[in-house]
Amino acid sequence: MELYGLFLFAVGFLTMAMIYAVGSLGVNINWGFTGLFNVGVAGFFAVGAYSSAVLTAPESVNHIGGFGLPVPVGILAAMVLAALVAWPIGRICLRLRSDYLAIATIGIAEILRLSFRNYQPLGGGPFGVNNIPRPFESLPGPWDQIAFLLLVVAIVGVILFLVQRAWAAPWGRVLRAIRENEDAAEAAGKNVEKFRLQAFILGSALMGLFGALMAHYVKIISPEGTEPLLVTFLPWVMLIVGGAGNNKGAVLGAILVWGLWTMTELLTGRLPDEWALRVGYLRIFLIGLLLQVVLQKFPGGLLPERPPTVPRD
Amino acid sequence: MIDFVNQYLIPALVLGGIYALGAIGVSMIYAILRFAHFAHGDLMATGAYIGLLVVWVLDATPLAELSVNVRLLIGLPAAFAGTAAVAILIDRLFYRPFRRARSMIVVVIASFGVALMLRSLVQLFFGVDVINYADGIQFPLKMFQPLRILERHIYIVVVTIALMLILHWFLTRTRTGKAMRAMSDDADLARVSGIDTERVVIWTWILGAGLVAVAGVFLGMDTRLVPTMGWDLLLPVFAAAILGGLGQPYGAIAGGLIIGAMEELSTYPWVGDGPLVPPDYKTAVAFAVMVLMLIFRPRGIFRGRVL
Repeated sequence: MELYGLFLFAVGFLTMAMIYAVGSLGVNINWGFTGLFNVGVAGFFAVGAYSSAVLTAPESVNHIGGFGLPVPVGILAAMVLAALVAWPIGRICLRLRSDYLAIATIGIAEILRLSFRNYQPLGGGPFGVNNIPRPFESLPGPWDQIAFLLLVVAIVGVILFLVQRAWAAPWGRVLRAIRENEDAAEAAGKNVEKFRLQAFILGSALMGLFGALMAHYVKIISPEGTEPLLVTFLPWVMLIVGGAGNNKGAVLGAILVWGLWTMTELLTGRLPDEWALRVGYLRIFLIGLLLQVVLQKFPGGLLPERPPTVPRD
Repeated sequence: MIDFVNQYLIPALVLGGIYALGAIGVSMIYAILRFAHFAHGDLMATGAYIGLLVVWVLDATPLAELSVNVRLLIGLPAAFAGTAAVAILIDRLFYRPFRRARSMIVVVIASFGVALMLRSLVQLFFGVDVINYADGIQFPLKMFQPLRILERHIYIVVVTIALMLILHWFLTRTRTGKAMRAMSDDADLARVSGIDTERVVIWTWILGAGLVAVAGVFLGMDTRLVPTMGWDLLLPVFAAAILGGLGQPYGAIAGGLIIGAMEELSTYPWVGDGPLVPPDYKTAVAFAVMVLMLIFRPRGIFRGRVL
């Protein structure tokens, strides 16, 4: 029985880590590949989560909906809508320098979150969207959990394969060139603006997918669920710990950081309620400290990026 | 008309002053240390909670007789100094190792981490619930009938103006202030002319963090304390600093007043009967102004000389 509980715990843990890995891979395309300092993950996450939720959830008095579409349609729509939202934002903001881009993306993410919180028909306002269907939930016993985990692992596997190909391809090389030296890339005849926009939209689509998967897994999405700490900051820390620019690093970082996050929860769970809540905030402190240590001692992360070597003669 | 002054113009002035005190620091740190300091909002929250500690401590002394607002005014130097010390410590531990880095963006990422660390410490020690400096409603003074001003609003405006005058004197009359302006103009030139740049950096943190701590106490005085108040204030403060032109303290003051006024006045029924912008979306006004500024005039309204 004890063992069975542990097994279920491991399944739940890996599911969350894999969902976060999608977000971390999205940040990697923006920041790791191209050097785009997009700190508005929460905004694209919200667009993805709410789109998929509203399209698939049963009818509710709180928001538009009752479409009852199948989950894969919702997830695809989440990616497309996140990309569509990212397109005008990218067109306008990508010419900004990095720290300005950070401020602009935070601002846009906050405006998006504010709209979801205050405009009730869109996503139920403060009530959020409930009863979001989860794939395989009709299966018996632990199999519903296991099947969902396998689905998420498969999704991460496919994304990893594709972004790894993209990274090694000429397309990825141009992105790295832009990251290292924009002027040089421009001088080499590359349309810098176009490539940056492509990377921004692709990364944002993954952030939308991240949101959709999270919404289907926890079955509810509300304004609290799009808190920037959880959906912007954690994927960023995961990427930096794992190694910016390295796709496998992004996944590894997601597992490690989510592991640290969960372990501290296990420890604080044994404390009395009043203290558990407070000491729970210590883990945010620990994650912040981990970020500082990695930035100073392992600037490349645990798996630093290793560009494909060019043979010299 | 007088309702407009009482209910919109005075709150706009108060909020604008609070934003301005925060924006000065963002602007100076950007000019001298060359990075956007994202932990500035949480430094403000730190200051606000140090103010709360002072109120609690004074409760145990004969000074408990005084009104909360007066006790907070007594606590302002403590909030200023305490937050400045915290900022200098943070700089030592987390920002200085990157001083010679090729790209300052790594410091920006570090400052995100610092922001969350500060916030989690506030949550650890003070809990997550909303705290008020004082319970109960404060009634407006009817000093200059029909003008109705809250006592705390008078304190906030007077102290803010005084601090800005002192800042002006400091930047234009003292050696350190002049060194700060020199370093913001050209850090390398300042270094070769014998200016102790690390000392200038410390003074930048003292002023930036101290002023934002005062802003935090004022915001807590005017509204309430929550651990996330720093994050909520970060964007309007950046909006103000960008509007005024990063690196220009006077621009930051103007930017703060403009952003504060736009937020408050956006809910006035300018057209028709209802508020122009629903109050729920009030904070979006600052973000929208900021994004538009970033796109169309990223150097702000006050270009000219830097700092």
